[in-house]
Amino acid sequence: MELTLALAIGVLAASGVYLLLRPRTFQVIVGLSLVSYAVNLFILAMGRLRMDAAPILSGAEANPADYTDPVPQALVLTAIVIGFAMTALFLVVLLAARGLTGNDHVDGKGN
Amino acid sequence: MADMNHIAILPILVPMAAAIANVVLGDQRSSNRIVGLNIAFSVISLLVAALLFTVLAQSGQTAAAVYPLGNWPVPFGIVLVADRLAAIMVLTTSILSLAALLYASARWHSRGTNFFPLFHALTMGLNGAFLTGDLFNLFVFFELLLAASYGLALHGGGRNRVRAALHYVAINLVASFLFLIGVALIYGTTGTLNMADIARAVPHIAAEDRGLFEAGAAVLGIAFLIKAGSWPLHFWLPNTYSSAAPPVAALFAVMTKVGFYAILRLWTLVFANSSGPDFTFGQNTLLMLGVATIAYGSIGALSCKALDRLASYLILVSAGTLLLAVAYNAPGVTTGALYYVVVATLAAGALFLLKDVIDQILPAEAQVLAVSLELYGDEEETLDEDEEVSRTIPAAATLISWCFAIAALVMAGLPPLSGFIAKFAMISAALGAENAPSAATWWITGALIVSGLLVLVAMVRNGINIFWTSLPEDGVLRLRPLEIGPIVVLLALCVLLAAMAGPAMGFFAETAAFIHAPLGYIETVMPPGGAP
Repeated sequence: MELTLALAIGVLAASGVYLLLRPRTFQVIVGLSLVSYAVNLFILAMGRLRMDAAPILSGAEANPADYTDPVPQALVLTAIVIGFAMTALFLVVLLAARGLTGNDHVDGKGN
Repeated sequence: MADMNHIAILPILVPMAAAIANVVLGDQRSSNRIVGLNIAFSVISLLVAALLFTVLAQSGQTAAAVYPLGNWPVPFGIVLVADRLAAIMVLTTSILSLAALLYASARWHSRGTNFFPLFHALTMGLNGAFLTGDLFNLFVFFELLLAASYGLALHGGGRNRVRAALHYVAINLVASFLFLIGVALIYGTTGTLNMADIARAVPHIAAEDRGLFEAGAAVLGIAFLIKAGSWPLHFWLPNTYSSAAPPVAALFAVMTKVGFYAILRLWTLVFANSSGPDFTFGQNTLLMLGVATIAYGSIGALSCKALDRLASYLILVSAGTLLLAVAYNAPGVTTGALYYVVVATLAAGALFLLKDVIDQILPAEAQVLAVSLELYGDEEETLDEDEEVSRTIPAAATLISWCFAIAALVMAGLPPLSGFIAKFAMISAALGAENAPSAATWWITGALIVSGLLVLVAMVRNGINIFWTSLPEDGVLRLRPLEIGPIVVLLALCVLLAAMAGPAMGFFAETAAFIHAPLGYIETVMPPGGAP
């Protein structure tokens, strides 16, 4: 499972960075989304990978070793919300730039 | 003591209430009552910041207001920590924010939608970033202030602004992802997000996790350096700042200082913890980046014909100066840097506002010339239609040129004003520090002195262009009191800080001593005996 997740994060981040460096604004926003998926998976992995373990303790005598770390899951939730909102905002700026400059080059030049 | 702790959250709550009130009342740009209400909110926010500052100043060097949100015990819940460093930054932000708001309420606020709620949200994000004691909460406040700043950078619209904002948003989104990776790595190795707890846990990190932790810190550092405008991560800055609306650019002057603050806070707290082997983690890199930023900023300043671009490059110079001071990691140098951060922020804010005033009074042909010289785009605002609102102030030209001269002296660091005192304090402390003079001492001394000279040349050349060759000879200049007032006050504060340099330096020295003794901070946030 570790290998699968590591590969997924790596592939997402690599494709995201490649797209980020492309000259068209649409490619940039898709790249940003891919990088944000990679980052979210990475935060989740920092809580150590556990199968079949709940994040919420139940009962006073529960053994914490039977549970997975809840903090990274809370962080991921926040990161997803913020990342999504910022991407949406970027989309608006992108559309405004497209309307004002007449093309979708990141520097507004294009051909 | 318990009452004092509640003050820590007020600088966040007041701007938040202001933003909410604006959303509820709707976007009524022409209403004088709304403008008055917003000014009132900004004044309250300044009063709260001043209250926090005086309370902390009066209650001893190690005093800090610790406010656990929701009253969760400290390492588990999020905590706000207002120590003197945070109080200084919050007060500076509030002063600048009130000045910019007053300036904007003369006419800029009606150039686009939702100016006031975004403005207050930005102030709230800035205050929160300075006050928080939790790494992930710092991320949330960073995003808050960035989200507001995206909206403000676009305020007024137009092609240039949208193009600059597109770059600004993209780069800051990437910086946010780097921030998250750094935070995640630090959480993965230390198991906590509370800054004081991280500092306590660092010496106990297992040897095999050490590399991961340092990688996390380095990634986090890159995110901060992007915000601080350090070379080579600063290319977004001059375009964004010079194309933003002037009052917005003035408040942006404090935004790069958030990066400086975060680096100063985390590096002194976590990496200067004497029990760890990382006393000099990244120090040489920071030093080199600082010198490179100063060099780039100074040369860029020399190349500028337009005052707003010049001011953006001056922001880079001050960012580099502050990075150098952090890298030197000595209490004396930090003292000078704290003095410098206040002065440089106020003066840079005043300069952005002053640029707009000068733009209004310059004859149209000089403007066309300046724009075509600059070749960086077309200014799309038509000059104001409401000329009759402005009032004639006697000797207006003299007033503006004095303001410009004071700003130039402060930014270049010439005696007798506060910029000189700040730079002198940094250099003299660097020479007097332990195991000085080392190579770093000469780098910092040389960079500060040479950059001062280059900035002076750039400012003088701009001043000659504006005041001696472009201003109308006969004309009676028209100024709005609401616009020139904030500029005069900001610069007067710089002069006042120079006049009161003794007590101010004493205060900053105590603050720096507290910053460089991380145990004090750790024990204030997490008392050894249990819950605070």
